[in-house]
Amino acid sequence: MTLLAVERIKLFSTRSPYWCTALALVLGVGLTAIIAGTTENGQMSVGLTQFGSSQLALAVVLVMSALAVTTEYRFNTIRATFLAVPSRTSALVAKTAVVAFIAAVLGEIIAFGSWGLAKVMSPASDLAINTGAEWRHIAGVGLLYGIGAVLAIAVGILVRQTAGAVAILLVWNMLLEGLIGIIPKVGVKIQAWLPFQNANNFLALGGGNPAEQPGAGIDFKLSQWGSLAYFAGIAIALLVVALVVAKRRDA
Amino acid sequence: MIEAVRLRKHYGRTKAVDDLSFIVKPGRVTGFLGPNGAGKSTTMRMILGLDTPTSGDVTIDGKHYTELKQPLRKVGALLDAKWVHPNRSARSHLKWMAVSNKIPVSRVDEVLEIVGLTEVANKKAGGFSLGMSQRLGIAGALLGDPEVLLFDEPVNGLDPEGILWIRQFMHRLADEGRTVFVSSHLLSEMAQTAQDLIVIGKGQLIAQTTTEQFISDATQDHVRVRSPHAVKLREILVADATVTEDAVDGALVVHGLPAARIGEIAADNQIVLHELSPQRGSLEDAFMQLTKESVEYHAH
Repeated sequence: MTLLAVERIKLFSTRSPYWCTALALVLGVGLTAIIAGTTENGQMSVGLTQFGSSQLALAVVLVMSALAVTTEYRFNTIRATFLAVPSRTSALVAKTAVVAFIAAVLGEIIAFGSWGLAKVMSPASDLAINTGAEWRHIAGVGLLYGIGAVLAIAVGILVRQTAGAVAILLVWNMLLEGLIGIIPKVGVKIQAWLPFQNANNFLALGGGNPAEQPGAGIDFKLSQWGSLAYFAGIAIALLVVALVVAKRRDA
Repeated sequence: MIEAVRLRKHYGRTKAVDDLSFIVKPGRVTGFLGPNGAGKSTTMRMILGLDTPTSGDVTIDGKHYTELKQPLRKVGALLDAKWVHPNRSARSHLKWMAVSNKIPVSRVDEVLEIVGLTEVANKKAGGFSLGMSQRLGIAGALLGDPEVLLFDEPVNGLDPEGILWIRQFMHRLADEGRTVFVSSHLLSEMAQTAQDLIVIGKGQLIAQTTTEQFISDATQDHVRVRSPHAVKLREILVADATVTEDAVDGALVVHGLPAARIGEIAADNQIVLHELSPQRGSLEDAFMQLTKESVEYHAH
């Protein structure tokens, strides 16, 4: 508990988490506002409300999470941290827990905020959350952010510099996994096992217009909750590797 | 007490610290002296568990730093004053450190008061001058009221007033019975600050002694003698003194006899002298002499 308090103090005594939170909110909810504003009244769907949260704002959350650790390396406060808490694993796990929790809460705010705004802007559309799939599609965004944060922190610990970590995360999430689908025949098969594609699969509503959904057209071998577990498994595996590396190398 | 036993840190082929053993005693200020690149900071990082030694061991009262439960209560360290997030206030910086070691948060204001930063406590550390940053670093080291204190080049970049303040401050800490270990590359600074000295060069121990002893050894009086009959003169002088030869011009360097006596001996033996000059080495000269072999980078 002590270490969680420490990381909370550290996180909220600098400005970057506030900026990133604001940016994620503006981008996530903003994109929904644009979509709702340009869609004919009555045509909005639950699926359309979460493009901003599950794609655009997720990238910002990944950056925020990576920054939480790379700035520590940038300003050498990681050494001050390891002097105060010589158990590096405990210190870094506490940081991960705090950032992942904040990311998850932020995810819920953005997801339900987007949904609420769409409801206000497009009152004639059917945006009621009736089915389990619809609940998962909206409430699941928070889970996605939390797991994404773990993955981003792992990359941050391994790379130790902001530019490198941010580049890796953004290219991986926004470009690489999508581009692999272009490879004939095998591309789609590989995509079925890529972490962010599985994250998309977890949110997928199924049915309706498949083109509305990210990750459409990939033949996933896992169930939707299986996909989430897979995404989480990869994030945790990467974190374990990062923790082992951090423990072994000189600070 | 800090004890290093056969401490080694190698980076590939570079031996940053090589077979270094020493003891730092409580109740005294111990200077850690050596030219830049001698391995002082690396040694300090190993004491604090930030770097892992290639071999050997270093302990604080018999324990590794990483084994300490609340290390800030046992060991306070200032390795680099810039290890602070520039957007974080001085108070927030000290607060997270205090919380991490279950030190009462009220202690934060106490140490800010001690180092004279109370007025800027809520200002961002990024805007601090080097002197203020050093003071913040010292505040952090004092936070847990530790028995052992480590300072790496604490007076670097400070104005004379700040240097005096730190010097007196370290004496006070040692007088309270604490172990104070402070590194510097300036012997003149250490001569005024430290009671004991550990001198290293190229990662190896050159001397561990009291400052007084080190200075008197290093600045021993000697006499330079040049003579066309140097060989003969040397044979006579070695009976009463230590005689070495200056590597540069071949002059005799005589320890243990005053210049007047050497002149008399020469006259008694009808030896012509071309030079007979008493020398007194300066502190820095002596230090340079000692560490000459072990300076990492030379100017030619």
